[in-house]
Amino acid sequence: MSEETLCFHFDVDGDDFTSAGQASVQVKKLLRELGVSPEVIRRVSIAMYEGEINMVIHAGGGKADVLVDETSIVIILTDEGPGIPNIKQAMQEGYSTAPDNVRSLGFGAGMGLPNMKRYTDHMEIESAPGKGTTIKMTVEL
Amino acid sequence: MRIRQIQEVLEAELIVGEGTLDKDVHSACGSDMMSDVLAYVKDQAVLLTGLVNAQVIRTAQMMDMICIVFVRSKQPTEDMIELAAEAGITLMSTEKRMYEACGLLYTAGLGNGVIA
Repeated sequence: MSEETLCFHFDVDGDDFTSAGQASVQVKKLLRELGVSPEVIRRVSIAMYEGEINMVIHAGGGKADVLVDETSIVIILTDEGPGIPNIKQAMQEGYSTAPDNVRSLGFGAGMGLPNMKRYTDHMEIESAPGKGTTIKMTVEL
Repeated sequence: MRIRQIQEVLEAELIVGEGTLDKDVHSACGSDMMSDVLAYVKDQAVLLTGLVNAQVIRTAQMMDMICIVFVRSKQPTEDMIELAAEAGITLMSTEKRMYEACGLLYTAGLGNGVIA
């Protein structure tokens, strides 16, 4: 990160599935104003949106920080949810612990984390049962 | 194919978003699973779905889609209409079922995005 890093902070409300995605919409607008290319904006906003949905489904909400500098966009998602017992298993496409009602809303197919990895250049997950989850995703510019 | 033609082919009711009716699109996607839309869609500007909740609008917004067609006469809520209007996304509703709606559009020339 260079000295000129722009930082944006968002609180993700865990009580309302309807509002999930608001932070991603904001980030999309901000990046557009900053003149970031449409392809990069799309990758960042999809990855962050999936992360937001995950925080609402599994963790009762959380926080999202987005750092932008000349070389990269970094998204850091932090929650105090139940944590992920087996990260390798959670990364498999199709593996899901989401409740059935989430599936009826169009999510919970075990695509969230794989999508986040697919659309970003680097992704790190720190998580343990009872200790919440922190996910750091980087998209190079 | 223009959005206007999609409305005609599907005999769909326009709910919001006259602004995109003359925009040209080259492909569409039919799904009720938003995670799949987020995973596999690329450059499909139209989403056909039977799912009705706010995340349908947000998913379309993330994917830069400009039109959502609700099949089986499903109607979006006021909140969804507001979100779509803000995002510049056209919403319409058709009586057709998903399979028929996709088939009609495909037959009418809305294919896999290959521009002839």
